[in-house]
Amino acid sequence: MSDRLTSDVVAKVARLARLDLTPAELEQATAQLGDMLDHFADIDALDLADVAPMTQPYPLVNVMRPDVVRPCLDRDEVLGAAPAPQDGRFRVPPVLAGEG
Amino acid sequence: MTEIWTHDGWEMVVGLETHVELATATKLFSASPNRFGDEPNTNIDPVTLGLPGALPVLNERAVEFAMRIGLALNCTVQPCTFARKNYFYPDMPKAYQISQYDQPLNVDGWLDLPDGSRVGIERAHMEEDAGKSVHAGGGGRVHEADYSLIDLNRAGVPLVEIVSRPDIRSPEQARAYVSELRAILVAIGASDARMEEGSMRVDANVSVRRPGDPLGTRCEIKNVNSVRSVGRAIEYEAKRQIQMIEAGESVRQQTRHWDEGDGRTHTLRDKEDADDYRYFLEPDLVPLAPSAEWVEQVRASLPMLPGARRARLAEVTGHPADSEPIAVVVERGHDEYVLAAAAAGADPKRALTHVQQNLDDDGVAAVSATALAALVAMETGGAVTATQAKTVLAEMAGSGEQDPAAIAARLGFEAMDTSELEAMVDAAIAAQPDAWAKFCNGEQKALGAIVGHIMKASKGQADGKLVNQIVNQRKG
Amino acid sequence: MAVPSTATEIAAAVRSGGTTAVEVLEQHLVSIGERESEIHAFNLVTVDAARERAAAIDAAVAAGHDPGPLAGVPVALKDNMCTRGVPTTCSSKILEGWAPPYDGTAVSLLASAGAVMIGKTNLDEFAMGSSTENSAFGPTRNPLDPTRVPGGSSGGSAAAVAAGFAAMSFGSDTGGSIRQPAALCGVVGVKPTYGRVSRYGLVAFASSLDQIGPFTHTVADAALALQVVCGHDPLDSTSIPEPLPDFSAVLDRGVDGVRVGRITDLPAGADPDVAERVELAFDVLRAAGATIVDVEVPAFTYGLTAYYLIAPAEASSNLARYDGVRYGLRVDADDTNAMYSATRTAGFGAEVKRRILLGTYALSAGYYDAYYGKALRIRRLMANDFAAAYERCDVLLTPTSPSVAFPFGSKTDNPLAMYLCDTYTIPSNLTGDPAMSVPFGTGADGLPVGVQILAHALDEPVMLQVAAELERAAGGST
Ligand SMILES: [Mg+2]
Ligand SMILES: [Zn+2]
Repeated sequence: MSDRLTSDVVAKVARLARLDLTPAELEQATAQLGDMLDHFADIDALDLADVAPMTQPYPLVNVMRPDVVRPCLDRDEVLGAAPAPQDGRFRVPPVLAGEG
Repeated sequence: MTEIWTHDGWEMVVGLETHVELATATKLFSASPNRFGDEPNTNIDPVTLGLPGALPVLNERAVEFAMRIGLALNCTVQPCTFARKNYFYPDMPKAYQISQYDQPLNVDGWLDLPDGSRVGIERAHMEEDAGKSVHAGGGGRVHEADYSLIDLNRAGVPLVEIVSRPDIRSPEQARAYVSELRAILVAIGASDARMEEGSMRVDANVSVRRPGDPLGTRCEIKNVNSVRSVGRAIEYEAKRQIQMIEAGESVRQQTRHWDEGDGRTHTLRDKEDADDYRYFLEPDLVPLAPSAEWVEQVRASLPMLPGARRARLAEVTGHPADSEPIAVVVERGHDEYVLAAAAAGADPKRALTHVQQNLDDDGVAAVSATALAALVAMETGGAVTATQAKTVLAEMAGSGEQDPAAIAARLGFEAMDTSELEAMVDAAIAAQPDAWAKFCNGEQKALGAIVGHIMKASKGQADGKLVNQIVNQRKG
Repeated sequence: MAVPSTATEIAAAVRSGGTTAVEVLEQHLVSIGERESEIHAFNLVTVDAARERAAAIDAAVAAGHDPGPLAGVPVALKDNMCTRGVPTTCSSKILEGWAPPYDGTAVSLLASAGAVMIGKTNLDEFAMGSSTENSAFGPTRNPLDPTRVPGGSSGGSAAAVAAGFAAMSFGSDTGGSIRQPAALCGVVGVKPTYGRVSRYGLVAFASSLDQIGPFTHTVADAALALQVVCGHDPLDSTSIPEPLPDFSAVLDRGVDGVRVGRITDLPAGADPDVAERVELAFDVLRAAGATIVDVEVPAFTYGLTAYYLIAPAEASSNLARYDGVRYGLRVDADDTNAMYSATRTAGFGAEVKRRILLGTYALSAGYYDAYYGKALRIRRLMANDFAAAYERCDVLLTPTSPSVAFPFGSKTDNPLAMYLCDTYTIPSNLTGDPAMSVPFGTGADGLPVGVQILAHALDEPVMLQVAAELERAAGGST
């Protein structure tokens, strides 16, 4: 089990990801993620200082589209598929101060 | 230079982050319309809604506008990338905002203010706007609402966020910065920059310190939506921080909200439980590296900016560049007109005064620069008085008639000869001996009574300049 | 008259009037009727729409029009490909019942080519898994041995072709999700070069790794499928703006003079029965005139680590949009944050949550450099190593999966054991290079073994050329 990963960190990560974990789930997740991180420790020894990060498999640059309007989706169809449409909008529970 | 604001020996240190909506036809990453005021949720497509499987494609015109802004602010345009800023909020459909993080498009520029001060620009980067939440029930405020309603028309609208360096030291300077920035944005056509419609939004980072000390803890103030509020909000906030420190408390790093109604800032959230935005490079987009040719082409297409136009008009007219008439005429875009009148032979200063005081947009459209020049020439040549010239100009603006001499003749405006005027001056001196004595003793304002008498006698037809000359001759 | 079973034959027969799209469809619907309740390859079979579509294609042929290169071919689509008006669930409760208001680009291209979409296939939830056991709607069974998994995550698509439910199917491959189930179900599966097939309308798992590709009975069918779905798409910024080669042109060419690389430092872990078949494949190709070249790809061994940091990181962001606001599941609560958590906690399965947690962790402040940042550098090493290898050879050969199809439940308790299924397939997702699995005889318990052929970016033709040779040899030997 990893000495790097504590259940506090996993709990914080779960909050960031908006996932609720029961105490048992938190314990299991901490153990499983810890095992994975131990396994991933194979890269710790690598000296990668001179290696540039690679984020895109195929190097492309300057991909742009012209500023031309295309048809929109139908609002009724979109709102018809929404969990809580109201007055042409998406209704959500109150946003508490401090969110976002 | 603006005066440095101080309060009990403290100074304010302010940096502004200004979000500007770009005047494109479509959104930053999709082809739905970028339009204000439509029915809610009508300008939506899979990308705007953050539907599963939707992918962003960068709007070329938005890039061009962003470069215009960068170049107008003396920035370096550089190769850049887009990143995801991850956070949950109901009007942020993908739960991440595509923005530019460590490699923005524009860096290291500056903005010169009319008073001669310079505010550094750290960066001006591209990002997408969020949708709009209407907080309903419970008074409509975010922290009291029963529920919120989300409209995504604005989601994905292209923004440029202009981040100033913390160079601002007074409310006046902050206001001047915002006004000047706004003028530039409008001049280059990148944005309509309407603060009241939200197409230009200012956040202020405010801290206080004793002059010479290192930077204090800052608070970020959101929702400042007029030029006037910018000044009020930062002044309130600076005083609040000073009060706290002097009471022995320490300023906490916070995001605060400016309430226009009560004229205060309120805590939105502490930065201690700061969001961990987990920035990473947006894998659905590729890097952007505008070619040198493109950058130069955009630079060459920029119009003359307000600062340069004020300087040019100041030089031609002899008015100071930060004076009211120069500012007003340039802001209205009538400076070219004044210059044309001057080129057609008008006294530039006189032409400027007429354009500032006596002509609105319609008037400028109705009266040709040549006709204005002809009128100014009559005035400076003594053929009509200043008052008569104003009357003639109003007539020209109203009717579109371009011949001031004909109008003056029709109205019976004929120059009084000097001997007639001298007689009037002598009569006025004789009628107001007290005023005359005071004037001769150096009381300049006593002159008013004398001149008033003359104007009354001449029914306003006397040339004020000539009257002054004669009065001074009499004084000896 | 016997209805043909390969896509190439079906399209030729339908176009020439030798058979009808309706007849072809009905035959496949019979197979579905016989075994689908056991196999569960589909989340949805679109019977009525398929019948309408087949009739329209026949009408077009009768009117003298050519419906296209896939005329009348019954095609099944992984249920993470957006289909207008047809539910697209990603086998997740969080999207249950949601029907996209738009078609993905690959879906549109298939329709324009005359294909008949017959249904949406099961997958590991949001394509996260290697066995299709992570579906919210129950697992898919391997048609060759229903006590075993079909592989994953595109298990439903692989099973649909293997069981004769569809002549061709499509899946998505983020770390082997086409190739591994193809191997386990004994069909051909191709992951094209990243950027060859538009991702527009493919529900994202890991954006820089995801790629759509076909499952087919034959290599020729795979070439036909690629010809239809590949190509530049202005709606996908990462789509490659290069002209397409003729993928079918090289299939009969043999392998004389082709340089086939053997990775001498390939990570161990393949079962002996699998390793033996791969050795045989080298022998067959050598005998057919290919040159076998030893190459080293040192970074190969770090692929798993890099992948299981990059893919969950991107996924944690891609899956944040499932928040109960605009579509899909909502579990109500008193405030938005509570609503998000309640919705996501109820809507996502265990494996998806595990990867979201892992990915959120890898990106979060304080850990980015140690994990995500490092993984991106390994990705570069990997690309460099492969590029060097491809200077010395045209293709590389490895096992597709370390083992043949495994029994249900055998790896579900240990996520890491499941992740090891992807050891050989992951590198081509990291580099973006194309790779495919071609069935090459059988291993333990008479179950199929797939050989993986890897090639350099845009070199699909030589990959298909080698695959065709192995297919001929396998056909001759079995
Ligand atoms: Mg900001
Ligand atoms: Zn911003």
